[in-house]
Amino acid sequence: MNYETVIGLEVHLQLSTNTKAFCGCSTKFGQPPNSQTCPVCLGFPGSLPVLNEEAFNYAIKVALALNCKIQDLIKFDRKNYYYPDLPKNFQISQYDMPLSYDGFVDISSGAKRKRIRIKRVHLEEDAGKLMHPAGENYSLVDYNRGGMPLLEIVTEPDLSSPEEAYDYLTKLKSILGYLKVSDCDMEKGSLRCDANISVRPRGETKLGTKVELKNMNSFKGVKLGLEYESKRQVAAIGDNEKLVQETRLWDVEKNITVSMRSKEEAQDYRYFPEPDLVPFVVDKITIEKVRKDLPELPEAKTDRFVKEFGLSEYDANVLTSDVDFAGYFETCARSYKNAKTIANWLMGDIMAQMNTRNAGIKELGLTADGLVALLKMIDSQAISGKMAKEVLLEAIETKKDPAIVVKEKGLSQISDSSKIEEVVSVVISREAKTVADYKNGKKAAITFLIGQIMKETRGKANPGLVNEILKKKLGE
Amino acid sequence: MSKTIDKTTVKHVAHLSRLELNDKELETYSGQLAAILSYIDKLNEIDTKDVAPTSHAIASLKNVFRKDVLKPSIGAKESLKNAPATEGDFFKVPQIIEGK
Ligand SMILES: [Zn+2]
Repeated sequence: MNYETVIGLEVHLQLSTNTKAFCGCSTKFGQPPNSQTCPVCLGFPGSLPVLNEEAFNYAIKVALALNCKIQDLIKFDRKNYYYPDLPKNFQISQYDMPLSYDGFVDISSGAKRKRIRIKRVHLEEDAGKLMHPAGENYSLVDYNRGGMPLLEIVTEPDLSSPEEAYDYLTKLKSILGYLKVSDCDMEKGSLRCDANISVRPRGETKLGTKVELKNMNSFKGVKLGLEYESKRQVAAIGDNEKLVQETRLWDVEKNITVSMRSKEEAQDYRYFPEPDLVPFVVDKITIEKVRKDLPELPEAKTDRFVKEFGLSEYDANVLTSDVDFAGYFETCARSYKNAKTIANWLMGDIMAQMNTRNAGIKELGLTADGLVALLKMIDSQAISGKMAKEVLLEAIETKKDPAIVVKEKGLSQISDSSKIEEVVSVVISREAKTVADYKNGKKAAITFLIGQIMKETRGKANPGLVNEILKKKLGE
Repeated sequence: MSKTIDKTTVKHVAHLSRLELNDKELETYSGQLAAILSYIDKLNEIDTKDVAPTSHAIASLKNVFRKDVLKPSIGAKESLKNAPATEGDFFKVPQIIEGK
């Protein structure tokens, strides 16, 4: 039977405010355990949470960028559960009146475009961090993360393949990057993703048994986890096994999903309104102002790059996927007219370097001016394209300006005809036999002669000129 | 009018609150909870047809924010002062299996 996969994603995003959601503790990452705690985020009796205005503004910004409607009356609720990562035994979250709802993100999966509906975007607080020392019968708790402002971004079950899930996450991260509200670093846990996945016979309208998938620490992990889970569910149905609604964890080492096997009772969070926080109302004028002040988002930038720089939609899409990358391209394009050449270098050698070094364009240390200078050296034939690639590598490696690398390595291409003529003459008289072969019709012999000339000049002679001068001297 | 709360419900609520109750206590609390809920039910006798719903005691209060400005934390030593068990700068709790 032919099955289809139904996936919904839940992303948790740490907002990059200076302080926590409801208290003035720092949100700085990697500090000594429990050093960033206070009576509010530890839930001491008598303490009063007060909402961080910046966190709220960031949330509204994200909601609008994801085309959501803003709730008329925004209210916070307590989600009650007993687990040591919550010092209060409840999490301040939002239940029936979330900050925003009914949005969408358009994704392109291959050539196909698809609209993924956003069910809700709401604001809540993060939990603390648990550590489980190996071989011990206790756990350790660090509440530095507890109370950090967290956005929960939930899709409708509109994703129909692991690839689409991956494309959605990539697009979402791209938009969030433009908004500058989070560092979106999955390794640091500032962006986390859980998935709901079920399968059903194609054409069936009822949803299958849903599995909640957790513990995927990268976008690739999400994709692999969903691929595995979708296959596992289809196989189980094929074997007449009964699927159970459960939570499963992605095991990144073994590349499988494992049932949490905890006797999970039906979740009973007993939400009720958080009496310590008043409701929030954003008036229409403010909403429209925030909407107007949103930065140009990836789609709009893609369209503009196509129109303004004559790039293909594919190129424009790649360039605008990251806000810094797009900005870098534009800076180059202001002082170098051939946009396609810039795009090729960025999407080729430079992106390859970013990938191998796992670095963004900023961390790479190559300035836009440096790249433009390099491209201009190719145009003026001061260096060859092949040399330019080496210079680029060296510049990135040593964090030096490309022009300086060219100078230091004495790499400048020889485009002075008289110098090349000298070398050509030397090679012709030295390689008399090969020259004779060539004149007797063995045309391929010229390759050897060119090789010799390049060797004499340590690869620096302008290949076009060498070819021209050599042929002239050989009497053509 | 007296409500009854069966023992299964009391047991469930006790479990959610991580309380261990014996049979006698279950009996006691099912009676007490029923009495409390009946008392609260009195509120339903008030006519609220013309009263706007609110989630907060001070209905007129809205949009109370603080600026995103750092305030000194109390530090690990102070935070851990009342903890029943600690290790280094961590709170120490009975072993928890991953996930919840
Ligand atoms: Zn705090």
